[in-house]
Amino acid sequence: MTTVTREQHGLRTGTMAQALNTALRDAMRADASVHVLGEDVGALGGVFRITDGLTAEFGADRCLDTPLAEAGILGTAVGMAMYGLRPVVEMQFDAFAYPALEQLFSHVAKMRNRTAGKLPLPITVRVPYGGGIGGVEHHSDASEAYYAHTPGLHVVTPATVADAYGLLRESIASDDPVVFLEPKRLYWGKSEWDPAAGVEPIGKAVLRRPGTSAVLISYGPSLPVCLEAAEAAKAEGWDLAVLDLRSLVPFDEATACEVVRSLGRAVVVHEATGFGGAGAEIAARLTEKCFHHLAAPVLRVTGFDIPYPPPMLEHHHLPGVDRILDAVARLQWEE
Amino acid sequence: MTVLDHRDQADPDLVPGWLPGATAPRTDPAPLLPDAEPLRVLGTPAADKADPGLLRELYRRLVAGRRYNQQATTLTKQGRLAVYPASTGQEACQIAAALALREDDWLFPSYRDTLAVVARGVDPLQALTLLRGNAHTGYDPRATRTAPLCTPLATQVPHAVGLAHAARLAGDDTVALALLGDGGTSEGDFHEGLNFAAVLHAPVVFLVQNNGYAISVPLTRQSAAPTLAHKAVGYGMPGRLVDGNDAAAVHQVLTEAVERARNGGGPTLVEALTYRVEAHTNADDATRYRQADEVAAWQAHDPIRLLADALRERDLLDDQLVAEAAEEAEALAARMRAEFHADPDLDPMSLFAHVYAEPTQQLREQAAQLAAELAAEAEVHTR
Ligand SMILES: Cc1ncc(C[n+]2csc(CCOP(=O)(O)OP(=O)(O)O)c2C)c(N)n1
Ligand SMILES: [Mg+2]
Repeated sequence: MTTVTREQHGLRTGTMAQALNTALRDAMRADASVHVLGEDVGALGGVFRITDGLTAEFGADRCLDTPLAEAGILGTAVGMAMYGLRPVVEMQFDAFAYPALEQLFSHVAKMRNRTAGKLPLPITVRVPYGGGIGGVEHHSDASEAYYAHTPGLHVVTPATVADAYGLLRESIASDDPVVFLEPKRLYWGKSEWDPAAGVEPIGKAVLRRPGTSAVLISYGPSLPVCLEAAEAAKAEGWDLAVLDLRSLVPFDEATACEVVRSLGRAVVVHEATGFGGAGAEIAARLTEKCFHHLAAPVLRVTGFDIPYPPPMLEHHHLPGVDRILDAVARLQWEE
Repeated sequence: MTVLDHRDQADPDLVPGWLPGATAPRTDPAPLLPDAEPLRVLGTPAADKADPGLLRELYRRLVAGRRYNQQATTLTKQGRLAVYPASTGQEACQIAAALALREDDWLFPSYRDTLAVVARGVDPLQALTLLRGNAHTGYDPRATRTAPLCTPLATQVPHAVGLAHAARLAGDDTVALALLGDGGTSEGDFHEGLNFAAVLHAPVVFLVQNNGYAISVPLTRQSAAPTLAHKAVGYGMPGRLVDGNDAAAVHQVLTEAVERARNGGGPTLVEALTYRVEAHTNADDATRYRQADEVAAWQAHDPIRLLADALRERDLLDDQLVAEAAEEAEALAARMRAEFHADPDLDPMSLFAHVYAEPTQQLREQAAQLAAELAAEAEVHTR
């Protein structure tokens, strides 16, 4: 674990893309073992400009445009990590990380375990993920469940600009491999944040909005939708809390259970397909742990169990305010 | 005749902070392939010998293809297409290669190869469905013997091998042609596909359109091989290098490779040297990674101009052909505007229709949920 030194940038307004870029730059300044590698991360600054300016500042040895091969990128990162570097890998889009899954599942996730702790791999795999950006097929997969299902990987996903910075710094500092899922559709949203403020270590959920009726549990791209739904719910007479998990692994069961026990009603929301999704795990766990406090089954609002739609139809697939409120209405409110 | 070779111009010590410098076409065929009779159509004036009818057809199609690229790019700016990866400057590779196929052969295109798909006989508007964004594939692959446009790089390569293998098992003399880019040759699927093809002696041809870049990454950072065609050697198949902007040369090399495959000669890897004149897609900013003079140098080696010059030299380019080609191109552009300026018919229920042969119980429930939501919405609208 390297220490996260925070540069005193002060309060600023910026996008999530800028916060991620700042996090990479600060991490590279603070620790010479941090190396960025991926497709188009150099002169272009990545297709989303998250690595903008890094090659100019640190040189191509620290921010490397690789040949076009995801398995090669991640496999090379494994070797670099074995030699003491701290690689941060960029996958260009969610579905283009799939060629690297062999390296990820068979080596990155397991190396610590296989070597009885002798060879941990401090690799961060950044994956822009999810839909809502009008992308054609293979550009919008919500792929978190594949990663969360693989023991040995931390799965982190920010929903705010400040968290994008803080969680990426923590992920890079982690001695375990982290799949860092960046919600593409939140890249360009602006807000005020202070890099010096820091975040808690990964694995802590945060209540984004207090409430008294029920809790919406979500993460990453669906979090703003939940906040919008909570706002809209006021007109229906519901005061909804919104819990941001921030990481699926570790899953902050203590915080989630505390909220669910106090409110008795919960809806889990994510855009990934429902069957075998993260929401299924969360709902099952909450039911097991909080059964006697529940006034209604924990419900899920998710994407349909279909391949990601073409852009003109994607809004039918993505959970929106109405679907969330419909679920809230089904939480067995007695008259 | 000119060839792109970044390697001569690349900074020899790739110091940190190295950025691709300006590169230009150069006049020198690439190094020899270890092949008894390396066919390097570079420098060979293929158009001198080509059939006049073929040359004239290539000319019309290239002119229409260029206009198609322009119109599609304009449509992205107007929000009528979701994205368009233009093949401006690569029209000769795509069209001449597709024309080397017989109707019952198969094409395996990548996302940039809409012109090859159109040259196969797919309706030009249907070829754009994926990029418009109302459905994933706009044509019937089986009816057109054209696989869906493939986005995950190089994954179509083993598909082409498998289809060719199956055709051979069936006793058919069908050939498969897989198209990909220079960047795609770095993916594992490319290597696995080529190895399978050679081991199975499959009737398949691989055409790498080396357009100098994979988004921002120049060829020098992609491969250290003398040429991409050299990669064939390690798998035990012939490699061919061709000027991809010389339509007649591409047609000749591809025809030879396809016929070789058809006659039991096994696979061939062809590298066509060309250039991506536009940005990677409308969403890309190419000024971040390449110089304008590099583009200008390649525009002087434009495939339509080269073909027109060759036609003129043989007295095959009369005013009538020029006028007809321009007219056809404009008619095509007008058709594209008419179709794409109108909103497509969208069927949200189609999302559930083709996930499985029979929808699962859960999918039927989810479809019913969406149908109910849409009905409720419609009711609100009519009120
Ligand atoms: C497996 C995979 N990784 C990454 C991408 C993203 N991507 C799309 S096109 C492209 C560059 C491809 O370059 P090249 O193969 O040379 O083809 P060109 O675009 O030049 O036609 C990249 C990296 C992808 N589509 N698939
Ligand atoms: Mg290319």
